[in-house]
Amino acid sequence: MADLHQQLVRMVDEMPAFPGSVNKILQMTSSIDCAPKDLVQVIEHDPVMMAKILKLVNSAYFGLSREITSIKHGVVFVGLNTIKNLAISIATMGMLSKTGPAGLDMNRFLLHSLGTATVAKLLGKRLGVASDRATDYFVGGLLHDIGKVVFAQFMPQEMARALKRVEVEKVSLPIAEMIEIGADHAQLGGMLVEKWQLPHTLVTCIKEHHSQEQNGNTNKVLDCVVAANIMIKQMGFGCAGNLVEDRLPGHVSARFGMELAELRESMGNLDEELEKANAFICI
Amino acid sequence: MLKFTFRGVRGSIASPGPETVIYGGNTTCIEVRAGSELIILDAGTGIFPLSQTLAPEFPLTCHIFISHTHWDHIQGLPFFIPMFVAGNRVKIYGGQDPVTGKGVQEALSRQLEYAFFPIREAELSAELEYISLSENQVVNIGDAQVTSVLMNHPAINYGYKVSCGGRSLFFTGDHEWPYNIYEPDDDDYQLFEDHIAQKRKSIIDAVAGVDVLIIDTAYTDDEYPAKKGWGHGSFSSSIAMARDAGVKHCFFTHHEPTRGDKGLEKAFQAAMDKHPSQPGDPKFHLARESFTFEL
Repeated sequence: MADLHQQLVRMVDEMPAFPGSVNKILQMTSSIDCAPKDLVQVIEHDPVMMAKILKLVNSAYFGLSREITSIKHGVVFVGLNTIKNLAISIATMGMLSKTGPAGLDMNRFLLHSLGTATVAKLLGKRLGVASDRATDYFVGGLLHDIGKVVFAQFMPQEMARALKRVEVEKVSLPIAEMIEIGADHAQLGGMLVEKWQLPHTLVTCIKEHHSQEQNGNTNKVLDCVVAANIMIKQMGFGCAGNLVEDRLPGHVSARFGMELAELRESMGNLDEELEKANAFICI
Repeated sequence: MLKFTFRGVRGSIASPGPETVIYGGNTTCIEVRAGSELIILDAGTGIFPLSQTLAPEFPLTCHIFISHTHWDHIQGLPFFIPMFVAGNRVKIYGGQDPVTGKGVQEALSRQLEYAFFPIREAELSAELEYISLSENQVVNIGDAQVTSVLMNHPAINYGYKVSCGGRSLFFTGDHEWPYNIYEPDDDDYQLFEDHIAQKRKSIIDAVAGVDVLIIDTAYTDDEYPAKKGWGHGSFSSSIAMARDAGVKHCFFTHHEPTRGDKGLEKAFQAAMDKHPSQPGDPKFHLARESFTFEL
């Protein structure tokens, strides 16, 4: 596992971002009048760009005395032009294929990630978190499955077998990944972002998003991402290769004081919010 | 003892000529004497006239702090004479480029490539050392301390606080206060405002109470809107920072290359008229080449 981890950590440095955002970044930044907020929006909707930029701004290059938890935060603390040039340098690495040899549909994966991010942020607001912390919920949702992209990109055959196993044997993806790869995407994603010195809350969120137990983590962001992930899968919004679950872990339903169906019902109509994510991918 | 001499006060590009004889045409360089130590802030073309005065001190050790690697802050480095003389020690400090991962040595080594300069880095006789800095790093040099503070510019730009014997100065390098990229009716406007307020506080806290602030003041208030995002300050933003940080003296620098001496004095006076003196105000000055100030 340690060897696998080391190997993937090295490979991830070369991992490209999603095609839509790569195209948009290259197109937008060819104009000197590129609107900063449009650029930020593109980065914020791509898990690979987001993770890589957060990695860099939290790295020893800056040695910042505070954690940078979002792209907007990064823009203010390290400067817009630096964020822009980091995005360009990632965009010039190429792009992920829409459906790689692992068979994971990247558009549907992205939709799942954005949907989870959107709902996690809404759930956070519902729990009364201040607007300046609500971004953490979005980032947690966007990055929770980052480990899957890494597996799909660098271990496509193993990941394809794991996805097949989910389909045929109806086992969960983490179990299938453990069988085929020896690690699951939550462990891998968590280890990556931990190594990248991303904020601790985010690390926990990625590492523990499939845990049925609380494991001593009284983490509101994690609980919201867990609930959002399950809800989005149930709604069939995008797909990231895992089985649909029909209930929340006990501690998550306790957090909201209700079970999944009631929570979903109480959120009202999410179409408008989710349409924004859909529209973004379709641009 | 802490004293400094402006060796270059011009922004962007050297601007010699009859219109700039009073304030000077060399780009940014500040000679700081901290006790017996020589600390040089930035290596614009102003480092060349400085270097011509240093022969009596050979063999010398000096510490060059680069705010950022835009040309006007590094262009004089290949002409820093002490680097060509054996026995001298030149230590160059600065940030790393997060995009390329390269350190501050790039500022010199790339300028000394075959196509750009006839002497290669390997041929320099002095002992050279490069030190990459991170934010809030304190470097002890004799009795002095130099602290890096991440400012806001279209490159990684460190401001430097130099303290010695109970006196201190702060040089911003190039700096524009971050502005909100959202419109007031955008959802993210307030969140961004909060980040900006945090960033401002972190810088003001670092600068608070220094005796002297030397600050990028490239633009008049009228010029600024057309130059927003270019990474430089205005007279009003500099006056506000000097007041907020409670400094005693504030020197405006990084003068616009197109602004002659008369224009500079006119812009300065207009700023003073716009911001009438308040109790406890710093004393405001225009930075002038060859001017020495002892703290």
